[in-house]
Amino acid sequence: MAEVTLTIDGQQVKVPKGTTILQAARQVGREIPTLCYLEGINAIGSCRVCLVEVQGAKTLMPACVTEVAEGMTVLTNSPAARRARQLNLELILSDHPDECTTCPRNQSCELQALAEKMNIREVRFRGPRPNYALDASSPSIVRDPNKCILCRRCVAVCEQVQGVGAVVPLERGYRTTIGPAFHEPLLEAACVLCGQCVVACPVGALYERDYTEEVWAALADPNRHVVVQTAPAVRVAIGEEFGLPPGAVTTGKLVAALRRLGFDRVFDTNFTADLTIIEEGSELLHRLQNGGPLPMFTSCSPGWIKYMEHFYPELIEHISTCKSPQQMFGALAKTYYPQQAGIDPAAVTVVSIMPCTAKKYEAQRPEMNSSGFQDVDYVLTTRELARMIKTAGLDFASLPEEEYDDPLGISTGAGAIFGTTGGVMEAAVRTVYEIVTKNELPGLDLLPVRGLEGVKEATVTIGDTTLKVAVAHGLANARKVVERVLNKEADYHFIEIMCCPGGCIGGGGQPITRLDDAKQKRMEGIYQVDRDLPIRKSHENPAVQKLYEDFLKEPLGHKSHELLHTTYKVRSRFGSVMEHV
Amino acid sequence: MSKSVGLQEEVWPELERIIQEHRGDRSALIQVLHRCQELVGYLPREVQVKIAEGLEVSLGEVYGVVSFYSLFSTKPRGKYRISVCKGTACYVRGSMEVLERLEKELGIKAGDSTDDGLFSLEVVRCLGACGLSPVMTINDNTYGLVKPDAIPQILRAYRAAGVA
Ligand code: SF4
Ligand code: SF4
Ligand code: SF4
Ligand code: FES
Ligand code: FES
Repeated sequence: MAEVTLTIDGQQVKVPKGTTILQAARQVGREIPTLCYLEGINAIGSCRVCLVEVQGAKTLMPACVTEVAEGMTVLTNSPAARRARQLNLELILSDHPDECTTCPRNQSCELQALAEKMNIREVRFRGPRPNYALDASSPSIVRDPNKCILCRRCVAVCEQVQGVGAVVPLERGYRTTIGPAFHEPLLEAACVLCGQCVVACPVGALYERDYTEEVWAALADPNRHVVVQTAPAVRVAIGEEFGLPPGAVTTGKLVAALRRLGFDRVFDTNFTADLTIIEEGSELLHRLQNGGPLPMFTSCSPGWIKYMEHFYPELIEHISTCKSPQQMFGALAKTYYPQQAGIDPAAVTVVSIMPCTAKKYEAQRPEMNSSGFQDVDYVLTTRELARMIKTAGLDFASLPEEEYDDPLGISTGAGAIFGTTGGVMEAAVRTVYEIVTKNELPGLDLLPVRGLEGVKEATVTIGDTTLKVAVAHGLANARKVVERVLNKEADYHFIEIMCCPGGCIGGGGQPITRLDDAKQKRMEGIYQVDRDLPIRKSHENPAVQKLYEDFLKEPLGHKSHELLHTTYKVRSRFGSVMEHV
Repeated sequence: MSKSVGLQEEVWPELERIIQEHRGDRSALIQVLHRCQELVGYLPREVQVKIAEGLEVSLGEVYGVVSFYSLFSTKPRGKYRISVCKGTACYVRGSMEVLERLEKELGIKAGDSTDDGLFSLEVVRCLGACGLSPVMTINDNTYGLVKPDAIPQILRAYRAAGVA
């Protein structure tokens, strides 16, 4: 590739043609401030906090969108550049609410951090503050347009990464806001509530609906028996909230923290991930033997489910009827568990710790009450749990390693890898292979479905069947696969889809990070959990085996259908106002 | 699919035809919006949904464009369309006080229409009559050098004609 030589702050640097000044400056150790820019997703040059001086240019240039040129001389820290950046930041702050102390993004806000970094001690201009209503229509996400700085990172993510386009710029001039068409509430839009916009937002304009107060209240109530489940992707990410690197495996500390918060039992969603493999694997075999419908799509990602309901309702019967592991857990925690433990199911409160905002919505779907109660009472994101741990004054990093409780806390490596793209597929293959062939699977690692590539494929020979599988993550990638299925261009049998890029490790409820390799590291953490577990196949989970013996009797049996399987709705891709079609 | 009460059944086939001409072509969005608005008079939600469906774009993209350009309207216009100029000359010479007074007298904001369907109110750019600023128009009539206090009387005349 052609190279360009330029000088940045007196240092010569050689970079490939097409590099931006922002990227080139990093190579000489200069971090230019940015706000509207989001690596690989949004480069629209609108906020102007990244202005730099380019010698010979008539005006200051935005570093995030200006490409380097041969012989260019750039000053990133000249008085003119510094003043202009400061001025632009002050203008952004001029109509911004002074609410840092009560803001959900206090200390994780990029605007706040920038104001500190640029040494803003006074805002010289004061415009009229906007006064928009909060949109708290959904159980997943709250929109606060008053804090929105119109950077459009959420718009770009929703459109490009998720292919949904649920939030867009509305109106113009100083009345511009970002939101669903017709200013309708998010819950009425064709939004899948994945929260990718939340993790993209630099400020507190988008955040998870917080249920920590409800959970504290349940914990304080002596009449409630409060059990908690933890999703596979939480244990490799929550450490980031306490200064540990992404991917640090903190399973034992997580359990210890939950116990200290006062949960009566600490259980694991990985247990029901194993159970999902038994049910879903059996469903796949049933479909293979009974003429379909094939391909079968996985069903553990609620954002993906809502996406199909809105955008491809004609393919609904291709989705596995299995509930997600979170919901299987909820159903069992209020039936099987109290029966085993000899307690009143009506006294059980189920809390989930999820990397996901869509799970909050899922828990409140009217179908999710097969135990006779709402199966999962409260869903907290990784971020909310971190806040509870901080509130309780626990020093997470120095907590001891503790074990999950029996029986819903026992799990295998196959359950663990549900937390990353490709994991459900790999776990399913480990089990389906052994059920069909009755032989041990030679190597457990299904490498072609691992990694962060958007769409992955594999062919697996199981006895005399050749199983063709595909894996996609991020809904824009998912859509490519779905379109091929719809147009009969693909002959897959089984397709794993996760709504969020990277799978749950990149979920909309995870710690907010701008580290490039956070997803990769969290993924490595997940595979480390798998490698370190003594049992790595779902069907060998002794607690799952006992659950079938004592309670469910058989996969796809009567009780399974009642508690572990579900149905889907037809929705409109133009929002729920049309939902009665 | 439900259709709005205000929308006449007869316009749907023609609407359908316009959209079909540009099926799957997102670059034709503004043009299609124009023609549909000419046909229907405004762009209600269900028309925008049809356009989104036909051009294969999201509803957000359609509404984003509609709400960006002031010439598009999502509400039926009144029998009498009042436009207040917000061009520089008019602005400087008090067109915003004229607008405020109109909003007060009509009980609506710019961009809206009155419940009886008689008046709609909008803000426009320079009308090319700066010498007469501040300027407003009601349908084809132009009013120059408008004083806020003259508004009630002007409206009264239209009200009388409108209900007659
Ligand atoms: S969005 Fe950031 S700057 Fe604004 S109130 Fe919240 S923390 Fe403070
Ligand atoms: S939650 Fe997901 S689908 Fe909804 S607006 Fe945000 S990114 Fe788009
Ligand atoms: S909601 Fe957040 S991400 Fe979206 S435009 Fe506003 S500040 Fe940017
Ligand atoms: S970060 Fe460069 S213009 Fe916003
Ligand atoms: S500014 Fe109003 S007519 Fe020119």
